[in-house]
Amino acid sequence: MTATPPVSDVIIAGGGLAGLSLAVALKHEVDFISVAVCDPGFGHRQPGTRASAIAAGPRRMFERLGVWSEVEPKAQAILDMVITDSRVADPVRPALLGFAGDLEPGEPFAHMVFNDDLTLALETAARRSGVEIIAAAAATYVPSADAVWIELSNEERRDARLLVAADGARSRLREQARIGMVGWDYSQSGIVATLAHERDHEGRAEEHFLPAGPFATLPLPGRRSSIVWTERHEEAARLVALDRDSFMAELELRFGHKLGALTLIDQPRAFRLGLHVARSFVADRLALLGDAAHIIHPIAGQGLNLGLRDAAALAECIADHMHLGLDPGAPEPLAAYQRARRFDTVAMAASTDALNRLFSNDVLPVRLVRDFGLGLVDRLPGAKRFFMREAAGIVGATPRLMRGGISDPLPDAI
Amino acid sequence: MTEGDTVAPSARTSFDPAEVARFERLGEDWWNPRGAMRALHRLNPVRLAYIRDLAVRSLPAGDAPQTKGQRPLAGLAILDIGCGGGLLTEPLARLGASMTAIDPAPANIEVAKSHAARHGLHIDYRAITAEELAETGSTFDVVLAMEVVEHVTDMPAFVALACSFVRPGGLFVAATLNRSLRSFALAIIGAEYVLGWLPKGTHRWERFVTPEELAAAAGAAGVRIFDRRGAVYDVLLEAWRLSRDLSVNYMVAGRRQ
Repeated sequence: MTATPPVSDVIIAGGGLAGLSLAVALKHEVDFISVAVCDPGFGHRQPGTRASAIAAGPRRMFERLGVWSEVEPKAQAILDMVITDSRVADPVRPALLGFAGDLEPGEPFAHMVFNDDLTLALETAARRSGVEIIAAAAATYVPSADAVWIELSNEERRDARLLVAADGARSRLREQARIGMVGWDYSQSGIVATLAHERDHEGRAEEHFLPAGPFATLPLPGRRSSIVWTERHEEAARLVALDRDSFMAELELRFGHKLGALTLIDQPRAFRLGLHVARSFVADRLALLGDAAHIIHPIAGQGLNLGLRDAAALAECIADHMHLGLDPGAPEPLAAYQRARRFDTVAMAASTDALNRLFSNDVLPVRLVRDFGLGLVDRLPGAKRFFMREAAGIVGATPRLMRGGISDPLPDAI
Repeated sequence: MTEGDTVAPSARTSFDPAEVARFERLGEDWWNPRGAMRALHRLNPVRLAYIRDLAVRSLPAGDAPQTKGQRPLAGLAILDIGCGGGLLTEPLARLGASMTAIDPAPANIEVAKSHAARHGLHIDYRAITAEELAETGSTFDVVLAMEVVEHVTDMPAFVALACSFVRPGGLFVAATLNRSLRSFALAIIGAEYVLGWLPKGTHRWERFVTPEELAAAAGAAGVRIFDRRGAVYDVLLEAWRLSRDLSVNYMVAGRRQ
């Protein structure tokens, strides 16, 4: 028998934002842990213009992990958020719910960050903290009582106590574990594009609930905005296939002219929307993370933030058990992770689904009810603060890494 | 086989052959977290945290006691009496302690040895009784009697023997079940019969020990108990946590004079 390679504590399959965040968080929480991340994309990532809204909770985690200072100069704080309910033809849209972002004094409730900037900062931090970077995919895995062995796409074999499937919405590892997804597809697609405009957006995000679904604009650094525009599949396919001028004409109908002339700076793309949650987030020596565990409608920008909360929670469960000398891939830390995350995910998925169903509707009584509801929310400071904090991802059983204030270690047992 | 009544309660025979045989039958199931010992697996984090924090604070190795490092127990010699398959022994070894672990059942020690080898841990496992270990004259910084005093025929004699392994100034830590109405309802009826967490017949309620009895037995052996801590199962968190409620599961810690 050939010598078996040393057993890593944790191997993460997938070097996306959630997987890299987990790797850096693990090294931060447990200085003696051995972590590897495998992804065939290491070394030749394709640059892109995709951006994400990073909520306050995940931002606090990035501050603690020492990556935020690299990202912040390239990020745009969302200083205000306006949600309106209107039809495309309405000349003036009532600002029913204006979220001025004031969680803590001076704390924006989210930042828009280019995914490439965040990925680079996380990958740099991972390498610096001693995370092993493997440029290959995890092809198959076999769990045993003591460890899990993983066959990589380069035919190398690696052993770990725990394998984390952060390999995306179509996770191969999740399929191998025979963990099914529950949920449904919407009849809608989300069109994503990046725009440049003449005037400054002043850090304001807008979400317009149009009959076909939400149309959101999110402020990017330097007079640019990211749009997420929801339409029925056929309409979305038609729109992204249009020539630039025709597409821009449709877009201007929705975006308006308040920021002056608009220029498209990338190719619009359409993504089919769905709401899917894994039946279980764990299996023997396997934990699902990020899109491998849940895919939600991007209506409130919560998809990535859920994945980052997964990373913080899983790092915390593993750290708590390793600091007691326990096996990070044993059922107890995995059960703790499942308890911490599954309810949160289902609650978030259910509420974004309910929001979408409520707002993708042009029936008059429904409009009246929701206008009244939003107006009411706006007049109740407590309720508004609750929604804002919920959107910022800091309500509920928040992982330690995402809490405000100074870093609070676990209260000691005695 | 009938229980201990055929065995004279003396310091030489505080272990009960019937009890030993019952645990010996577990074999590899010791390490199956969904098997017969799943209740013990779930209890493990709270027991470990208690022992780790107690040892780090009461027997500080350096100027700045640290509970969260890789080897907070480095430099400490710890004895685990009645180690079974090594559920508690292995994590303590990983935390840096130099572990000696004994169990009268050879099959348990075999399981423990093979598991530790697969995890690259060096632990001095011995299939001997506490009485046999006493003949070697070994002493330790910390002596653990976790979930064992309720399984012996003569609790005071067993506790006296266990305390004799503690070096002067060292710690004695024991965990057991209180003999209360609640423990009868929860540990016997609840855990063994209703929830099925434990194999039926795991515990005999009349052998459960009150904290006062345990403290008296330790005190007679020169160990003053300075901490008592309950462990309760939190149904919402689905995990054990420490509590002031000593009425069912509890732990005590004492220092040898």
